[in-house]
Amino acid sequence: MNFWLVLTVNSVTFGGLLFLLSAGFSLIFGLMRIPNLTHGSLFMLGAYIGATFVVGLLGFKLNFWLAAILAALAVAALGALAERLLLRRLPGDQLAQVLVTLGLSFMAADFCLMVWGGDPLSVATPDGLDGFARFGVMVFPFYRLAIIVIAAMVAIALWLLLDRTRLGAMIRAGVDDPDMARVVGIRVSQLFTIVFALGAGLAAFAGIIGGPILSVYPGLDQDMLPLALVVVILGGTGSLLGSFVGSIIVGFIYNFGQALLPELAYFVLFMPMLLVLLLRPQGLFGRHVP
Amino acid sequence: MSARNLALSLAFTALATLPFWMPGIYYINVGSQILFYAIFALGLNVLVGYAGLVSLGHAGLFGIAAYATGYMLQLGYGHSEAILVALVIGVASMALYALLSLRSTGIGFIMITLALGEILWGLAYRWISLTGGDNGINVPTRPEPFGYSLTVPTTFYYVTLIIFVASVFMVAVFVRSPFGAALMGTRDQPRRMNALGYHVWMIRFYACLFSGLLTAVSGILFVYYTQFISPQTLSLTSSAEVLLMVISGGPGTLLGPIVGAALVVVVKTVVSGFVVRWNFLLGAIFVAIVILMPEGLVPGTVRLWRLMWRKRASADGVIPAKTEPTP
Amino acid sequence: MSRKVTRRKFMAATAASAALATFKFPAPAIAQAAPFKLGLLTVKTGPLAQGGIQMEQGVVTFLKEKNYTFAGRKVEFISADTGGSPAGTKTKAQELVEREKVDTIVGPLAAFELLAITDYIKEQKVPMLSLAGAEDMTQRRPNPYFLRPSATSAQAMHPMADFAAKELKLKRVVTVSEDFAFGHEQMGGFQQTFEENGGKIVNKIWPPLVTPDYTPFVAQIQDCDGVCQGFAGSNPLRFMKQYAAAGLKYPVVTGETGGDDALMRSIGDEMLGMYSCCPYTLDLATDSNKRFVAAMQKDYGVDPGFYAAGLYVAAATVAAGLEKANGKSDDKEAFVKALRAVELQDSPRGPIKYDHFGNVVGDFYIRRVEKIDGKYANKTLKTYHNVSQFWTYDEKKFLEAPVYSRNYPPLKS
Repeated sequence: MNFWLVLTVNSVTFGGLLFLLSAGFSLIFGLMRIPNLTHGSLFMLGAYIGATFVVGLLGFKLNFWLAAILAALAVAALGALAERLLLRRLPGDQLAQVLVTLGLSFMAADFCLMVWGGDPLSVATPDGLDGFARFGVMVFPFYRLAIIVIAAMVAIALWLLLDRTRLGAMIRAGVDDPDMARVVGIRVSQLFTIVFALGAGLAAFAGIIGGPILSVYPGLDQDMLPLALVVVILGGTGSLLGSFVGSIIVGFIYNFGQALLPELAYFVLFMPMLLVLLLRPQGLFGRHVP
Repeated sequence: MSARNLALSLAFTALATLPFWMPGIYYINVGSQILFYAIFALGLNVLVGYAGLVSLGHAGLFGIAAYATGYMLQLGYGHSEAILVALVIGVASMALYALLSLRSTGIGFIMITLALGEILWGLAYRWISLTGGDNGINVPTRPEPFGYSLTVPTTFYYVTLIIFVASVFMVAVFVRSPFGAALMGTRDQPRRMNALGYHVWMIRFYACLFSGLLTAVSGILFVYYTQFISPQTLSLTSSAEVLLMVISGGPGTLLGPIVGAALVVVVKTVVSGFVVRWNFLLGAIFVAIVILMPEGLVPGTVRLWRLMWRKRASADGVIPAKTEPTP
Repeated sequence: MSRKVTRRKFMAATAASAALATFKFPAPAIAQAAPFKLGLLTVKTGPLAQGGIQMEQGVVTFLKEKNYTFAGRKVEFISADTGGSPAGTKTKAQELVEREKVDTIVGPLAAFELLAITDYIKEQKVPMLSLAGAEDMTQRRPNPYFLRPSATSAQAMHPMADFAAKELKLKRVVTVSEDFAFGHEQMGGFQQTFEENGGKIVNKIWPPLVTPDYTPFVAQIQDCDGVCQGFAGSNPLRFMKQYAAAGLKYPVVTGETGGDDALMRSIGDEMLGMYSCCPYTLDLATDSNKRFVAAMQKDYGVDPGFYAAGLYVAAATVAAGLEKANGKSDDKEAFVKALRAVELQDSPRGPIKYDHFGNVVGDFYIRRVEKIDGKYANKTLKTYHNVSQFWTYDEKKFLEAPVYSRNYPPLKS
């Protein structure tokens, strides 16, 4: 009984982290049709930058949340730069987009190795959240529960942005029909920059939020990118609800799959993804078939 | 197009005489590597460039052929049987891949192939009785066709060169054939092709089989070259690498994948000896290619070359891009 | 990376004798004109870079100590980055052997890299010293040109199991390790010795190599009084964090990589109290270790760990072997014989010698993670002397049994 409950709670918390990671990817792909293969590297960069402030590598320590926001802003700026200078030149050229995003991810990974070295960085759990919540005989770390709250807050904030603001309306229009959106006078290219920066910032934020659980190490980008892809495929691209539900589902598959079918641990994520792709290629909540 | 033919003849002569002007066995070996990775890239290009289907799981098929060879040899069979079985298994696996992946196009195809590649990678790790897990399979000997031992690097190079030239020839014939034209049609205008009565799925399927054949051939050459196969070879990174070879060189061109393969292999093996941060350099080169020649190295170079010649020949600088078929 | 570093400035003879004196070697050998080429196969890109960078630091520290001179010969050091893939390892090995014509190779890092080139090394007759733990390299499929100065995968786990059973009095242990050969072999060794000493392995958990979140596996740890983990690289840090986050408090024991001294600078409270068994320990009070640690701290600002120390000792073995061979490295068989005959009394890991398979016989240290002067460090508790890869087992019987694997020894239900 205890075992199942622990797995369930962890499924939701891991799902929360996955949502933070994949929401950005889903937005970018939904609006711009760019498979942003740099997404894992953005996650890792955010984690490293945030960790630098939390651990105090520059000589001063910052509050965890402040560090997280700074990391998100820094990487968002980088993302905006990459979009304006590189991705903007390649509208619709998917192959070139793959080339440039993979090239950037190579550069980012090696850059992190150059700057932070090969050793892992341990990110301390933020003050106030480093205890355990006890329910009878079961313990759950506060921080993991907090991630659920953070993910929910970000989800609500994103939903408000998309549903209640003008910017959000423009984004949704762009996702549904970019050409018509242009005709109507929406500055789609500016929108692209904003959305890419938003996606990058979200990924970076996810990276440092995940820091206390996953730590920060070389190879983090390659470990997390496939997970983002699976979430987006399952949930459907361009759909916030899809990302959210997809993340939770993947959280469950990951936890229960690994625990119950250890023999299939290497495939337990990709089999469902394959099934969804074969049976319902647009994912659960996707608008169009990608 | 005599300038082009001249360039091609020069390139061929250079390749054929490589062991004579290359300084050392080590570089001959690098040459062999470039050649079989080029065959791999050519195989992937059939799908990516000519069919418009991007596969991120091709390393899985490459690996299957390599594993099949290794496993057969381990069971005690001779080289001919091992190679034959590997080719059959390679193409059969590609057929299975195609059956599953061709249900989608675009990003769906990419994702399905990625998932399949990852599943094969996982199988390679877990099916220890078949693959040896991450200890891999050792291939202690190389074949000796007609008495020439492939253990000698120069001989291996020449055999690889022959197979390479045959592959290039096959792809060239394929591209210029009606089937090739139909395939490119399905890439550019699938609905129209359908309306015209072409069986789009069948065309793509055959293209996959052809791609699978080339991939299997390169996988077999690989396993004989390295004399070792382990799950690493089937990883997502490997699939991404060969895709990058195709895209950076120029998808949809004949020479593009070859140039792309040469680029990646040279940076990984030779340049890494001089530049510590060669991974960063490789990424930077890819980004530079996207900025300067987003259509790929080969088409981009041709474009710049023509630009230079046209500017010399006439006053106007307006060059229509991509009107003439690129080599 | 290929970096040819030659030291033409130093007088070979005086520098060599001065360095040799501190190593308590016999009289200096005759100086030879031809430089001795030492190649390093390591990983400097990707996730394995952590160990790979340390490996190079260890070798270079030794070379600097000896002023790049072994047995009176100048040493040319060439470092090659394999990229962490078997194909890359083969290519770089070929580069070192065919292009650079090295006399000896140290490295590579990982077992799958080593297995990719073992036949090639045998063919080319190049002596190689590696830390990779692949058991059969020095057991059932030995390579006559190979030496291992660190340990086989299970060599450190036998004494750890002995300690766990006899001193920690553990009876029911769950093993958790990555699902690949290094993990299988470590846990197999632990199980063998643990169960012979009255313990029982109740469950063996194998997370895949790529596992960001170990929680689903940690959740399976129950019905036991101790945990044995065998993670490597940066995984031990993540595992222990997630283990502590699950509220588990069973004592944890591990091997040479799970509690590596080099990780101590990155960890938090989660590893406190963890026991590990390693062929190297930072606080070992030998002269050469004090010098080694000081040099590492000065040049790189870090404490050395298993990888750096392992390669330092490898390089020391090469130097000593060259001494024994009177500076001659052309006769490969004779040189390997000399290498395997090396016995070092004073090394950063204590006294060592090699068995007839080329694997090291030396001291292994049981340590526990504690907080000393505000820093996390391993405190050495006990030393097991003269530990070979066969532990206390009869060599012949050991070799007749299958190699340690996922299912061997089998779980007793």
